[in-house]
Amino acid sequence: MTAVPFENSRKLHLGESLFKILLYVAACVVLVTLAAILIILFVSGKDAFARFGIVGFLTTDQWDPVRDLYGAAAPIVGTLASAAIALAIAWPLGFGIAYFLTEICPRRLRAPLGIAIELLAAIPSIVYGMWGFFILAPFMSTSIEPWLTENFSWLPVLPNDMNPLWFWFQGAPVGVGLLTAGVVLAIMILPFIAATSRDVLLTTPQLLKDGGYAMGATRWEVLTGVVIPAVRGSLFGAVFLGLGRALGETMAVTFVIGNANRLPDGFFAPTASIASIVANTFPEADAGSMKLAALFALGFILFVVSFFVLALARLLLRQGRMA
Amino acid sequence: MKMSKIMPRRMAIGALAAIAALASAGAAFADEITGAGATFPQPVYTRWAEQYAGQGGDTLNYQGIGSGAGVTQIINRTVDFGASDAPVAPERLASQNLVQFPAVIGAVVVAVNIPGVDGNALKLTGPLVGDMYLGRLRMWNDARIRALNPGVNLPAVAIAPVYRADSSGTTNIFTTYLSAVNLPFNTTIGAGSSVSFRAGIGAPGNAGVAGAVRNTRGGIGYVEYAYATENNMQTPMLQNRSGQFVRPSVQAFAASAAQAPWATAPNMAASMINTAGAANWPIVSATYILLPKNPADAERSRKVMQFFDWAFRSGQGAVDALHYIPLPAAVQNQARQRWCQVRSGNAPVWNGCH
Repeated sequence: MTAVPFENSRKLHLGESLFKILLYVAACVVLVTLAAILIILFVSGKDAFARFGIVGFLTTDQWDPVRDLYGAAAPIVGTLASAAIALAIAWPLGFGIAYFLTEICPRRLRAPLGIAIELLAAIPSIVYGMWGFFILAPFMSTSIEPWLTENFSWLPVLPNDMNPLWFWFQGAPVGVGLLTAGVVLAIMILPFIAATSRDVLLTTPQLLKDGGYAMGATRWEVLTGVVIPAVRGSLFGAVFLGLGRALGETMAVTFVIGNANRLPDGFFAPTASIASIVANTFPEADAGSMKLAALFALGFILFVVSFFVLALARLLLRQGRMA
Repeated sequence: MKMSKIMPRRMAIGALAAIAALASAGAAFADEITGAGATFPQPVYTRWAEQYAGQGGDTLNYQGIGSGAGVTQIINRTVDFGASDAPVAPERLASQNLVQFPAVIGAVVVAVNIPGVDGNALKLTGPLVGDMYLGRLRMWNDARIRALNPGVNLPAVAIAPVYRADSSGTTNIFTTYLSAVNLPFNTTIGAGSSVSFRAGIGAPGNAGVAGAVRNTRGGIGYVEYAYATENNMQTPMLQNRSGQFVRPSVQAFAASAAQAPWATAPNMAASMINTAGAANWPIVSATYILLPKNPADAERSRKVMQFFDWAFRSGQGAVDALHYIPLPAAVQNQARQRWCQVRSGNAPVWNGCH
């Protein structure tokens, strides 16, 4: 029960209900827009689903505009794999930054350091793309990738030598490809993961931590025994927020992923992400063509995946807070 | 009472001022002709537009949004003319009531980055380049490349093909050439503005391809000639249909342009890919303009023709400076003849028709 102020004043009441209706409309506009985008994406893409079948479209790795044959497997794998690499790098780094800022960092350094990390989020993605393409890619090509090839040559080809699908760190060190895209994405999502993790860590009750230290626990023991169990769910939420951003990132990825519409066969292989393939081929897709339908279908898939990732993030963050 | 007397007068003055502003804005808008489409000729169109406006002509607003989008826009009649690198299919021109003519000619060249090798002195053939993009030719010291280049110390470096990641008229021209000279390329990949290459990496735009070739040991890519010269890229010789190895040069492009079957090609879609002739560069193509045959606004359509008429007569300097090739004079007159198909009521819109 919410109390309505000035209930007896007719004039005010009218204004109040008008205001209330306006607020409802504002909220509904967002929901309607969201639903409309989802419906438009599906309707525009349904020709591709109808022609290749939903399963067929999702599992075929062919993308051949000349023969008008399209499958989403390569960009889906490219999107998920580059995001996974980004998480593998940014998660430990982001959590480390967050723990340092909340527990170990001298108080007077906290604010400047925190702001510096948040500034990473303010850099436009096109700048990350250009940096990745012109600076990072040549460095990866000449230094990092040859070193990885040399030191990880013992990793066995998967699934086996007769039927090779995954070569780990073998392959031409071209500089652009899956790994470089993952590294650039990692830097881009780092501020989100660090900032969210820091906020989550700050919610750990000081009493619990003090209790741990009073028992003679080291910092490491307090972290693993007290802090992490207390905020576990929320930490996953922070990661999923970063994942949501990595999945949809377009410009930076387009510059460094190599834009080959093929399944990657190793960390150095060029591939494509859903966002990069849409950005690259959208301008020349004719109205009413199967190519345009396939691009809309890809957009629909990305929308659905991002939606569930963000929903999961919300759920985990809320659970963590309630615990 | 006093207020109500003053107010209408003030409002009337305000309204007049607003109408005047609207009218002048409308007039300025009417003088601007709009076009959209191919990015390949965009530098030339932009330079022409600057010079034309500088000489008191109408202003041209050209949007380089890609050939496919340009064709869509002119079909929807949202612009005064469309521009496409690939000629539009005759049935489509007929069904959409469009007339097509070439505006300018450009060439695509191959660029390489091979450590320790002068790429400008390297000899390559279309079939070999096609095999590189098929993933069938993987090393620069392959016997087939060495056989063409005796005395050149080709290193054991992997060939890294680079292509346009975005849909592009440049890709269309290049893959049309490779499809013409390399049968496996034609059957497995084919020609188009975006195709599924079997090897290599995609980089965005001409600049991206140029950058990726420069950054990658063993890189090979294809760019517009203007990009290669401006960036001092190493451009190998290619073997033409007559068996000669030719250097990319404006003379070699013009030789191809002169021999194209302009008079007989339907809708002026004359191919200049892989033409015979000892001096011909094999990858040359015209880029096209599309006009509606039944313009909604005949005056604007006439202004578009006036613009291209001026460009044919006076735009040579810009064409040369940007390393494109102008249309031969006979072809320009042929294009002007085609403008006579644009009609308003029953009369041709272009003044040059009798």
